[in-house]
Amino acid sequence: MRAYQRKLDIKNGCVDLSHGSGGRAMSQLISGLFHEAFGNEWLARGNDQSAFDVRAGRMVMTTDGYVVSPLFFPGGNIGSLAVHGTVNDIAMAGARPLYLSASFIIEEGFRFSDLKMIADSMGEAARTAGVYIITGDTKVVERGKADGLFISTAGVGVVPEGLDLSAEKARVGDRVLVSGSLGDHGVAIMSKRQNLAFETEIVSDSASLHDLVARMVEAGGAGIRVMRDPTRGGLAATLNEIAQQSGLGFRLQEEAIPLKPAVAAACELLGLDPLYVANEGKLVAIVAPEAVEAVLAAMKAHPLGRDAAAVGEAIPDDHHFVQMVTGFGGGRIVDWLSGEQLPRIC
Amino acid sequence: MKYADEFRDKLIAQGLARAIRAEADPKKAYRFMEFCGGHTHAISRYGLEDMLPGNVRMIHGPGCPVCVLPAGRIDMAIRLAERPEIILCVYGDLMRVPGSQGASLLRAKARGADVRMVYSTIDAIRIAEENPGREVVFFAIGFETTTPPTAVMIRLAEKKQLSNFSVFCNHVLTPPAMQNILESPDIRNIGRIEIDGFVGPAHVSTIIGTEPYEFFAEEFGKPVVIAGFEPLDMMQAILMLVRQVNEARHEVENQYSRAVTREGNIRAKEEVSDIFELRDQFEWRGLGLVPYSGLKLKRAYAKYDAEVRFAMDELRVDDNPACECGAILRGVKKPVDCKLFGTVCTPETPMGSCMVSSEGACAAHWTYGRFRDHQHRRAS
Repeated sequence: MRAYQRKLDIKNGCVDLSHGSGGRAMSQLISGLFHEAFGNEWLARGNDQSAFDVRAGRMVMTTDGYVVSPLFFPGGNIGSLAVHGTVNDIAMAGARPLYLSASFIIEEGFRFSDLKMIADSMGEAARTAGVYIITGDTKVVERGKADGLFISTAGVGVVPEGLDLSAEKARVGDRVLVSGSLGDHGVAIMSKRQNLAFETEIVSDSASLHDLVARMVEAGGAGIRVMRDPTRGGLAATLNEIAQQSGLGFRLQEEAIPLKPAVAAACELLGLDPLYVANEGKLVAIVAPEAVEAVLAAMKAHPLGRDAAAVGEAIPDDHHFVQMVTGFGGGRIVDWLSGEQLPRIC
Repeated sequence: MKYADEFRDKLIAQGLARAIRAEADPKKAYRFMEFCGGHTHAISRYGLEDMLPGNVRMIHGPGCPVCVLPAGRIDMAIRLAERPEIILCVYGDLMRVPGSQGASLLRAKARGADVRMVYSTIDAIRIAEENPGREVVFFAIGFETTTPPTAVMIRLAEKKQLSNFSVFCNHVLTPPAMQNILESPDIRNIGRIEIDGFVGPAHVSTIIGTEPYEFFAEEFGKPVVIAGFEPLDMMQAILMLVRQVNEARHEVENQYSRAVTREGNIRAKEEVSDIFELRDQFEWRGLGLVPYSGLKLKRAYAKYDAEVRFAMDELRVDDNPACECGAILRGVKKPVDCKLFGTVCTPETPMGSCMVSSEGACAAHWTYGRFRDHQHRRAS
């Protein structure tokens, strides 16, 4: 016998502690809101876990937490970001993402309408990326114990045979490619901060990059040494990491780095350096010189790599510095970020 | 980017660099101090030092208000913020400035003090309006450029009849600090290093004008060129200083004429002198007590003065004895001459003033210029 239960009032209702208590309310939230948004056969079975077939070969696994503030920003929200971020972490191994998990920590009082919008854009981002959110978890905490909503996602993917991307494979003379203009995500988020709101046409670049990666791998194969998505800390942090891990240095050409005028202007205004500002739909690839032409052409032919550019090269350097020839004609270090440039951007 | 790219043009820069090389006498040394952190930042970020001949050397001065704030003032702010009724509003770059024994506002915040990062004085007013039951204190800091906004804020608080708002005033003045550098025994008596000229402040001078530097140039016989913060401004100002040195002139020249006049911003100066008065002395990190170099609120505005309102005790903390900031700020030593530089003192764990903000001499060298040390070492 099925107990009578009132439908979720998505328009006016909000999450309360009962939605995390393991009772009927929680089950209703999960089936009425999350299953609806993510809709797939695995979730529909309602188990505490989901089983899937694996084929022989190498797999990758990754996990990430999302605490972005504000939850909604130009070009996306915490939901789409949570899918793109995890898909991209998988893709940076050259892998094809397959399945994701999603875990929600929700503050009581969070509006169903906002939660639905976020879940729907997660579902849409997953469908666009061709991945499935096949297991999840929901917790509700008291008011003031979480800033609205935190999401954690984990994901698995398969690596094409013979591909093994890793920082230590970088060699002197390899080129540094970026897939497009830098700093869009960080600036879009900043423009919506309550105490900083400014008008800009910039939207977050948040996007799943695995399809672009697949095209690059087809074109460049083992000529691609390593790929990273320059999220927090931007291009500067990513290249410093790779420099440390590969034992090399890098020299960038400032004039070659793609930057939207509005991003450059906002950074100027806020005193930020765009090289340190976060991206959520860009990648950095270290590519052997003989593969550069083919990889760059493949990137430019893809909508997410239209503005791709070669911005520098790997050089021998015992101190693993990332240097840059400035547009002005001088030289400088692009060091690790110290402190925090922008808190809670992803 | 319009109105910015024009001042970062590579070809014009190369032309200026050629002119500096052609006019700088190879038998002479040209040691110029840029006072402002903004200039230090421009030099580092655009790699200007690579474009200057070896005998033209830039010395990074004390012109970063965050850097020169002494540990005692940070301790005072932390003590204030720990009071439960207080909301302390600060600019973001103050959060990590070290007080005594590793304390900072960031750590105080983590331990529960209500410290809020703001981007403008208006934010602090808004927070005071939204929290009528709490005491909101704005941590006012900066040179002459940021003093008028604090004055405007106090006027606004008065107009809105805000009774829960006050200011912890740490505003300081540029000319007394420049004078202090040249009067210090290191420079005057021991004569270990000469400063041959000053690149004068950009934004500060939009407020105070070029006039206050005239006495200074005359008294100390040093040329001063007021310059903007763009890299071409710097290059042109350096060329103007080279010419003054060559012609044995010591005048105040204004490279930044698109923004600076001789009189400055009269309205802003009036606002400031209505509300603030000179302190007898104020402590600068690295320089010690400098006479008549700081401002406080006049007695008529005492209710907006957090130091009076909360009977804050004056705290003083000695700088780390191994720290060479004082000598670095005066141009007597370079960052790499300090034992702490890059060992215990890094931007993550700053010990002295020069490492605190990205505009400080040591932080700028660490962040942007460090690779040259290795190149030099390898070459020698």
